[in-house]
Amino acid sequence: MIEPGSSWVFPRAEFPSLLAGLERAGYRVVGPTVRDGAIVYGTIRSVGDLPEGWTDRQEAGTYRLAKRDDGALFGYNVGPHSWKKYLFPPREQLFTLRRDGSASFEVTPPPDDEPPLAFLGIRACEIAAMRIQDRVFVGGGTPDAGYARRARSRLVVAVQCGQAGGTCFCVSMGTGPAVRAGYDLSLTELIEPGRHDFLVQVGTPEGAGVLADVPMRPATPADLSAGEARVARAAQSMGRTMDTTGVHEVLLRNLESPVWEDVGRRCLACTNCTLACPTCFCHSTEEVPDLSAERVERWRRWDSCFNLSFSELHNGSVRATVPARYRQWLTHKLATWFDQFGSSGCVGCGRCVTWCPVGIDLTAEVRAIRAADARAVPPEGGPAP
Amino acid sequence: MSTVRDGPRPVDPGPGIGPTLAPEPYTVWSRTQDTRDTATLVLAPSRTGSVPAFEPGQFNMLSVPGRGEVAISISGDPGRPGEWVHTVRSLGLATQAIAGATPGSLLAVRGPYGRGWPVDRAWGKDVVIVAGGVGLAPVRPLILELLRHRDRVGRLEVIYGARTPDDLLYAPELAGWRHRTDARFQVTVDAAGREWYGDVGLVTQRVPDARFDAANTVAFLCGPEIMMRLTAEALESRGVPRPAIWVSLERTMQCGIGLCGHCQLGPYLLCRDGPVLPYADVAPLLRIRGL
Repeated sequence: MIEPGSSWVFPRAEFPSLLAGLERAGYRVVGPTVRDGAIVYGTIRSVGDLPEGWTDRQEAGTYRLAKRDDGALFGYNVGPHSWKKYLFPPREQLFTLRRDGSASFEVTPPPDDEPPLAFLGIRACEIAAMRIQDRVFVGGGTPDAGYARRARSRLVVAVQCGQAGGTCFCVSMGTGPAVRAGYDLSLTELIEPGRHDFLVQVGTPEGAGVLADVPMRPATPADLSAGEARVARAAQSMGRTMDTTGVHEVLLRNLESPVWEDVGRRCLACTNCTLACPTCFCHSTEEVPDLSAERVERWRRWDSCFNLSFSELHNGSVRATVPARYRQWLTHKLATWFDQFGSSGCVGCGRCVTWCPVGIDLTAEVRAIRAADARAVPPEGGPAP
Repeated sequence: MSTVRDGPRPVDPGPGIGPTLAPEPYTVWSRTQDTRDTATLVLAPSRTGSVPAFEPGQFNMLSVPGRGEVAISISGDPGRPGEWVHTVRSLGLATQAIAGATPGSLLAVRGPYGRGWPVDRAWGKDVVIVAGGVGLAPVRPLILELLRHRDRVGRLEVIYGARTPDDLLYAPELAGWRHRTDARFQVTVDAAGREWYGDVGLVTQRVPDARFDAANTVAFLCGPEIMMRLTAEALESRGVPRPAIWVSLERTMQCGIGLCGHCQLGPYLLCRDGPVLPYADVAPLLRIRGL
């Protein structure tokens, strides 16, 4: 019986039957594909769409694809896209308002005809990010209907990382690399001399359902320990670390640290970090009227706290300087997110480090703030002001 | 690996756009030009239907469809449900369209949102209200509520400041309030011509004259941040404890329900956690530039 909690093994050659199972269950499968020299998320129609035999090399401000010789389907880490583009689309219509005479109007939501999505190849840090956005959009008092509708029907087919990238620090953030919760199926790619298999762990009945026609055998203790060894290798090869001890207090008592000025003068305020970040949720709404304003569409689009206009009030922008905007982003991500949504807003995926055009590394900035804080607060000085 | 107890899917919030992002149609019932750039609108539901109850200090999201949506505090009388009253100052495209809306025209309204003035903390206490400029608009419902329950509070002191006599809101009503014997309304302006018989100066300069028992007082402040900060300092120097001071804060608000991120002030999403917050909690944040 394929039950939640059970583990199975199928050979690489049977991967198409997993895709067939997802399609038969009515899902539109999205996952990693190679496009424009990067691994981005798109529609997966066959195994050929996956980045077979590719890997990535990442450093602060650097991302390059490279070939690998083992034919791995998931032998890379995360790219510039995140899965938030599916649940929280970059541009989304909220409703259309149609005047009905001059006296009133009707409001109708956009059509809801999208098939449910299966997220194939989602990593542990990305599941953590998705659950953080779940808390933002549906965890509070007033859930967002569009997000909730898409999140409700999603199927999570996770992949455990067998290696870490140069900007990864999920171990520091406690989000990976092992996939421990929030999945329907969890895959681990087992590649050894003479072997290319997938270990699959079943999380939910929905996940079990798509495996019905996949030829597979129960996993042995040796398979499970091979999977664990790969995840352990990823855990040991993190490119970055961040000390999160008391980071909420450290950042909030250093709101006037000279570090903000220093990093703010390097930052281009280009918004790349916020667009690549899998948890950043800030957005703006705008109205699109027809010429007579008889019909008005209201849209939501991704915005960024790095934009001057984001904090605009009638007498100018609240965060007029780039250092102020960088401080807003980092303190929100690592500190005030706890106050607002009960968790960190950072999962340690490293995207903001890789995709920063000037290579600003938040783990280094946190270290700089800690160093400045230690200089300001003597070790035996008791609680900081 | 053990069985996952914590499933991957969020719970069903129900169909549609969501109860709070879809506006309702309202018709402008009356319009009063308060000052050169500010008007007060009374709105009635365009279709039959009830107007939600609100707390003094809460706000609605208003738009002339197609001209953009903005957060506007509610200025109506909590004792007169069935209508929305909004005082709107023309500052940008959206507020120009709203403030210029003539009787009979159609507005889109959703709300009310946010946390208002903690009126129940006023019972049995002396109350000091200090408002600056259009900051009188969000405290008008509070003043009306306290006047209706006049016997439940001690002394009631209101200090209101505006740039010039021509910028004073609710002029006829203000004149009536100033004639009351059970509450004291001090009005001051930054600058005036010789037709002005009242005070000239900042609201903070009126605080020393206000009569209240500092240890048994609550204060509600609304106006520019610098005005609220200096007023709070003036009240504290007269002995009002910091936890007895409340402020209404302003940031851009676009969703009204804590999703869009615009209205952050440190740990607060002002649309959700405010706009009224304890001064004790926000005072350290208001001291920092560009937060």
